[in-house]
Amino acid sequence: MDSIGIVSYGAYIPRYRIKTEEIASVWGKDGKAISSGLGIYEKSVPGLDEDTATISVEAARAAIRRCSMIKGEDIGAIYIGSESHPYAVKPTGTIVAEAIMATPHVMVADYEFACKAGTAAIQTCIGLVKSDMIKYGLAIGADTSQAAPGDALEYSAAAGGAAFIIGKDHVIARINHTTSYTTDTPDFWRRAERKYPSHGGRFTGEPAYFKHIVGCANKLMSIADTKPEDYDYAIFHQPNGKFPVNVATKLGFTYEQVKQGLMVPYIGNTYSGASMIGLASVLDVAEPGDRIFLTSYGSGAGSDGFDITVTDNIKNLDKSKAPTVAELVADKQYINYGIYAKFTDLLYWE
Amino acid sequence: MREVAVIGVGLTKFGELWDKSFRDLIAEAGSKAIIDANIEGKDIDAIYVGSMSSGRFVGQEHIGALVADVSGFSYTHIPATRVEGACASGGLAVRQGYLSIASGMHDIVVVGGVEKMNDVGGTSATETLATAADQEWEAFFGATFPAIYAMIATKHMHDYGTTKEQLAQVAVKNHANGALNPNAQYQRPIKLDAVLNSTMVASPLGLMDCSPVSDGAAAIVLCALEKAKRYTDKIIKITGSGQASDTLALHARRDITTLDATVHAAKKAYKQAGVTPKDIDLAEVHDCFTIAEICAIEDLGFVKKGEGGRAVEDNITTLDGSLPVNTSGGLKAKGHPVGATGVAQIVELVLQLRGEAGKRQVKGAKRGLAHNVGGSGATCTVHILEAV
Repeated sequence: MDSIGIVSYGAYIPRYRIKTEEIASVWGKDGKAISSGLGIYEKSVPGLDEDTATISVEAARAAIRRCSMIKGEDIGAIYIGSESHPYAVKPTGTIVAEAIMATPHVMVADYEFACKAGTAAIQTCIGLVKSDMIKYGLAIGADTSQAAPGDALEYSAAAGGAAFIIGKDHVIARINHTTSYTTDTPDFWRRAERKYPSHGGRFTGEPAYFKHIVGCANKLMSIADTKPEDYDYAIFHQPNGKFPVNVATKLGFTYEQVKQGLMVPYIGNTYSGASMIGLASVLDVAEPGDRIFLTSYGSGAGSDGFDITVTDNIKNLDKSKAPTVAELVADKQYINYGIYAKFTDLLYWE
Repeated sequence: MREVAVIGVGLTKFGELWDKSFRDLIAEAGSKAIIDANIEGKDIDAIYVGSMSSGRFVGQEHIGALVADVSGFSYTHIPATRVEGACASGGLAVRQGYLSIASGMHDIVVVGGVEKMNDVGGTSATETLATAADQEWEAFFGATFPAIYAMIATKHMHDYGTTKEQLAQVAVKNHANGALNPNAQYQRPIKLDAVLNSTMVASPLGLMDCSPVSDGAAAIVLCALEKAKRYTDKIIKITGSGQASDTLALHARRDITTLDATVHAAKKAYKQAGVTPKDIDLAEVHDCFTIAEICAIEDLGFVKKGEGGRAVEDNITTLDGSLPVNTSGGLKAKGHPVGATGVAQIVELVLQLRGEAGKRQVKGAKRGLAHNVGGSGATCTVHILEAV
C-alpha cells in the first residue's frame, strides 16, 4: 500500500456522566457488582442539544484545527458512520460538510453498519485516496447510543465520536494494512420504528464479538506478517471493560498494550465511536515509530482491522489546538438518573 | 421379562453450543452411541427420545420422526417416539426403551435425550422450564423453579439445620468432578466463597447453587442381554428400573423436603435389582439445585432424612468418598440440557462401570444408580446398572 494514512484526528465526548451505581440504584440492583462485572464505572451522556451531527462536527473541527495546512475545501469526501443518525431520512454528513466548510464539491454519505461503520468509513477513504479520486477524506464514527430503561445496555450505551482525515500527504500515522472479517451474525439489532435495540444476550459474546475480532485480528497479523509483541498499542472494540481485555489476552496481547486505548471504563460504549476514540487516545501519546493494532467490531457486521505505524510527522501536528481524549474524559459533570432520563428522552410524552 | 443391557453410549459436549443445531446434537450423540455399540442401522428396532420442550426452545415438535430422519433411519421406517416428562424426559425415554426390550417387543433400541436451550434468552428459558410447574397453582403466582427449590431449601434448613455452606459444598464438589470431565459445561473447580457470594437468585439459593442453561444430547444403545455378547465384551446390565409420580405442585406434598416420587421409584428399582442403598458404588443424582442433591441422597436411602447436608460436609459424596455422587459433575457442572440429562446420567454410569471414566474413575465401581427428576419431584425415574 502507498504511504496512505491518518493526517489528523479529533475526538469529542459529551461532558455529562452518569455512574453505573446511580443507574443500578434506580433498578434495585447491586451497582458495585454490575460496575465490576462490566468494567464500567461511568458513562457519557449527550446533553439535550447534542446528537451524532453535533458530536461529528466537534470531532471534525478538532481534526481540522490541528492541521493548519488543510482547510474544509480540501476535503474531497466525508463519510459518517453511526447507528444513531438524528434523522431516518435526511443526511448527517451534509450538516458536518457545511459546518467545516467543505461544501459543495465533496462526496458525502452516511454509513450505518453497526459499531464498525466508522472504521468502514476509514477504509472507504483509503480507497478513494489511493485511487487519487480525492486528496483528503474525512472518516467519522459517532453515536448517541440508545438503551431501554432497565435493560443491561443502559449501563454501557454512551455518546461520543472521533474523526480522522485520511490522505497521502502529511501522514502522521501510516495505515500499512487493513482487512475485514464479515458475516451475517445478528447478535444485536434495532428494527425500523423501534426506539431501543434488542440483543441476543449471551450470544453476543463468543460467537459474535470474539469470533469476529479474533478472525479479523489473525488475518491482519497474517497479512502484515506481525505478532502481538510487534505492537506498542492495541485497540479493540469496547462494548464493556471485560471483552476487549479478554480478546486481547486470547490473541496474545498484554494489558499494557491495551490500556491507553481502553476508554470504556470512563465513558461507556460509544458504539461507532468506541474503537476510534481509543485510536485517538493512543495517537495523543504515540511517538514516531510506534506500531498500533486496531480491530473494530459491529454486531451483525463483523470486524475491521488496521495495522498502523506512527510517522515522524506526528511531531508537526499541533495537537494543542484541540483537547486530548484524556482532557475530554476529565472534563465532566455528573448527573442523576432524573436528568439522564430528561437528556436521553426517556420521559417521552406526546 | 427379558434382561436388558447397555451396549453403547454417546455424548456431545454440554454447554453453549452456538455452532450446533438441535438436530446436529442428537445426530452426533446417536452416531457416537451406535459406533460405540458396534451395530449397524439395520439392527435397530426402535428409537425413543426424551426432550422437554423442543417446541418452545427451538420451535420444533414431532421430534421422534425428526431424530429417525436426521440419523438416517427414515428408510428403515422404524418406530421413533418422543417421550416428555419435564427434566425427567431422558430418564423416561430410557425406561421406555428398557420396557420395550424387556417385554420382548424389540431387541435393540436407541434411546436419546436432547435439549437446545440457548437459542432463547435467559428469561424465556426460565419461563419455558416453569411450564413443568403447576401453571394454575405455582407459575401463575410467579413461582419459577429457583423459587420452588428455594422453598424446599428453606424448609430443609429449618427442619434439619442444613446450612448454606453445606448447600455450597455440593456445588464445589460437583465442579471439582466437572473439571475432570472433558464434556462438562464447566471444567473448572470453584471455591466455597464463590458459591456463597454468588448473585442471589432466590434466597437461600445463589447463582452458583443453580444448574446452568445448556445445549447438549446423549444417547445409549439398549440390547436384550441374551444378544448383547454379539456386540461387546463390556456388558452393563440394567438390573432395576423404577418410576413414580407425585403431585405437580409442591405445596400439596406430604412433606416438601421429601420427594416421594424419588422414594417410591427408588424402592421399586432396589427391589427389582435385589439390592439396598448400601450396595450402590456410585450415583448420578438430579442436582438441578444444590438442595436437590441433598434431598436426593436422603430420599434414595443413602443417608437418613435430614443428614444429607452433613454427609456432604463430611465428604462422603466426593470422588474418593464412600459413595461418590455426580462423578460427571452433575447437572451443576456438567450442564443440564434438560431432556438429555436422564440419558447422560446413564452414559456416565456406563463409562464408570466399564472403567473408562478417565481421571474421574471410581476404582472398582460395579454398581451405579441414576436418579432423574421432573419438575420439583412430580416425576422420577431411578435406574440401577451393574457391570456383568
